[in-house]
Amino acid sequence: MSRLKPDKEYEKTGAFHFFRWLSGSKDPYVGEVEMQPQKELQTQESTILERMNETQMLRDKVYDVENNKILTLFHKIYVAAAIVFCIALVGLLLYTVSFLPRIGNSANPDNNIVSERYIEKGLQETGALNIVSGMILTYRAFDTFGETNVLFIATCCVMILLMVDDAILKKQEDKDDRRFEPKNDVILQGTAFVLCPIIFIFGIYVILNGHLSPGGGFSGGAILGAGLILYTSAFGFKKTQRFFNELIYKIAKITALCMYGIIGSYFYIMGANGFDNHIPLGIPGHILSGGIILPIDICVGLEVACTMYAFYALFRRGGL
Amino acid sequence: MDFVQNFPAASILLCLFAGIISSGLKKKAARRVNTILILIVAFLSTCTLLYTMRTGEAFVYVMGRFPAPWGNEIRAGVLGPLVALFFCVIMLLSLEGGRKKLADEVEEEKTFLYYVLMDLLLASLLALIYTNDLFTAYVFVEINTIAACGLIMIRQNGRTIEAAARYMIMSLLGSGLLLMGICMLYDMTGHLLMSNIREQVIYLYAAGEYRIPLLVTIALMSVGLAIKSALFPFHAWLPDAYGYSTVSSAAILSSLVSKGYILLLIKIIYRVIGFDVFYNSRIIDVLFAFGLMGMIFGSFSAIRENDVRRMIAFSSVAQIGYIYMGIGMGTQAGMTASVFHILSHAATKSLLFIAAIGLTDVSGGSRKLVELTGAAYRNKWAGAAFTVGSLSMVGVPLFSGFISKLLFSQAAVQNGTKMLPALIVLGVSTILNAIYFMKTVIRIYTPVESGKYESISFNKMKLYCLTLVFFVVLNVILGVSSQPIVDLIEQGLVMFS
Repeated sequence: MSRLKPDKEYEKTGAFHFFRWLSGSKDPYVGEVEMQPQKELQTQESTILERMNETQMLRDKVYDVENNKILTLFHKIYVAAAIVFCIALVGLLLYTVSFLPRIGNSANPDNNIVSERYIEKGLQETGALNIVSGMILTYRAFDTFGETNVLFIATCCVMILLMVDDAILKKQEDKDDRRFEPKNDVILQGTAFVLCPIIFIFGIYVILNGHLSPGGGFSGGAILGAGLILYTSAFGFKKTQRFFNELIYKIAKITALCMYGIIGSYFYIMGANGFDNHIPLGIPGHILSGGIILPIDICVGLEVACTMYAFYALFRRGGL
Repeated sequence: MDFVQNFPAASILLCLFAGIISSGLKKKAARRVNTILILIVAFLSTCTLLYTMRTGEAFVYVMGRFPAPWGNEIRAGVLGPLVALFFCVIMLLSLEGGRKKLADEVEEEKTFLYYVLMDLLLASLLALIYTNDLFTAYVFVEINTIAACGLIMIRQNGRTIEAAARYMIMSLLGSGLLLMGICMLYDMTGHLLMSNIREQVIYLYAAGEYRIPLLVTIALMSVGLAIKSALFPFHAWLPDAYGYSTVSSAAILSSLVSKGYILLLIKIIYRVIGFDVFYNSRIIDVLFAFGLMGMIFGSFSAIRENDVRRMIAFSSVAQIGYIYMGIGMGTQAGMTASVFHILSHAATKSLLFIAAIGLTDVSGGSRKLVELTGAAYRNKWAGAAFTVGSLSMVGVPLFSGFISKLLFSQAAVQNGTKMLPALIVLGVSTILNAIYFMKTVIRIYTPVESGKYESISFNKMKLYCLTLVFFVVLNVILGVSSQPIVDLIEQGLVMFS
């Protein structure tokens, strides 16, 4: 076959490409339109910034609070109304209080048979030198059981909110703990070394002497909890966990509350049915006296200490 | 003293024990403890109810060795055990109905805390129902508030946390006002025990002493409890709290928690302040007006709502308005109607919440009304139950809502001055109720081409369907044989004071 055109020109024509494809010497698609592995999308710093700017602009436009007249007016009225309402409420309450009986007057309505019996027969009936303890833990023991349960349910709610169960997150929290504060602070550790034992002993003293002197389960437990918090902030969680970890916390909390509940229920039900409850009141002034007050004080103290420490630990790193 | 008299105190203590022990248990065990507890409490309440019906008078139970003004005491008439039994049934059914959703929406490690909260919530409700001491009531109001916050936020996402925070602030404001009221009352009377306060208040009122503090005290207590039970102008926390929490929580919050506070208010009216003193204080007219406003505006908000859960939540505002309207009428008949509506609304609203969750589940989880089109064909049981609940809310005969509307209008006719506004608003509110509930019912029964969402068969949700059947039966019982229950409520209100 003869060619009219020279080779170079012939290579540009369609016939050359067609016959080359037909003979299979070269496939024009190979190397041209094949599937290629996707390149990873690399966002540039500038586009991110642009996009953020755009979002911000949009947000500014939508939430343009300062130029939205109705909204600003509403805010002003809202603040003014809140202030007026508060002042009105305060004024109303002060006005009301001015009509109430003066404090310390012997003819006041609250100086009646109730307080008379508490003061005159309190020692004899409860065996406690501290009348307040006698009142809240013997006369009105049911209210105090409720109050202890308020603490318990508050811990449950804080756990729902702050407890971290995921293992990876937990590690992260551990790492983040104390990032911006010095670890193993010598001054803090030295002080804690001296103070912690004293605080613990004082807390135990306040709990055990609740029926003899000012104090009791709530205040003593708060002191114990404060001691635990000081120890943990000085020496870290690892050292605290040697004697106070999650298991011990659970056991202590449940035992304390259950003991309180059992003692309380025994007391209520025996009393209500008119049986003698066989709890010796002891000699007033002795450490083993006061009937149910001493064991209940110990239970309340344990519960309060656990709650205080649990709040601290949950807020700090989401676990005990 | 009879053995049965121990039961109210025992049920409160059992709930507290169950809560404490559950905090150390795993999820399944805690669930079992909770179910057994509710059944036991229901049994104890039934026994107490039968006992008080037989003796015909309320009994006082001293908590401890020391009698009333010195120690704590609780008191049970006919009304207390009746409401307690009812609350147990509703709580059990709501929990069963929302069990599957709970497993989806709550972290598994935290599920046991849900049951702890539920046990303590039941304890606080029982204590509010039975207590005869204002300070005990306050302590258990605190437990109730914290437990309710936990129930809202246990499903952890942004909206529930925000809703819980809002609920907590509003609710603590309510508690604060209540506490101030209790303090002032103590200052004037020197007692915390309800019966003693009442004697003193009657004496003070007759002597004309402390007029202004008494009025302010009544106002503070009423407003405090109204905030906590979401009466109309104080309802801002309600739609988010009911709309976004997990479904059992929403059902229990709307049907039990807010009702507990209303029962406490009724108890304060009857047993602390005294009905006559409260009636003459004119605060009752304020409650009446707020109730009427709530009936209208709550329904308007519900009509405008596009989200089915929030729509049901706004409907609660209207229904709470009904209850306060009944209290505000200031007659025995109005109060009976209110107490009946507490029961009727509890049964219906929890049914609606549980049924709505079945409908949204077959619509791809979307709560928009548009997406719910034809949902009743995909989940036939939930559709039928939702229809029953809606008809009951609107007030169609055979269902419980009809009886409460009937009682409200009878009470309104007996009342001279408040008859006209009460009847007009009752009519308008019924029409508004019909607008938004029937709109939803028509929408879920509108046929749609199949294929977009899958339908669900009975075999996959036996327990759920059974719960719905129980709810519907409860509703029909309240609607058909209402007379014995109304008689019991009347008898209970007489014993209450």
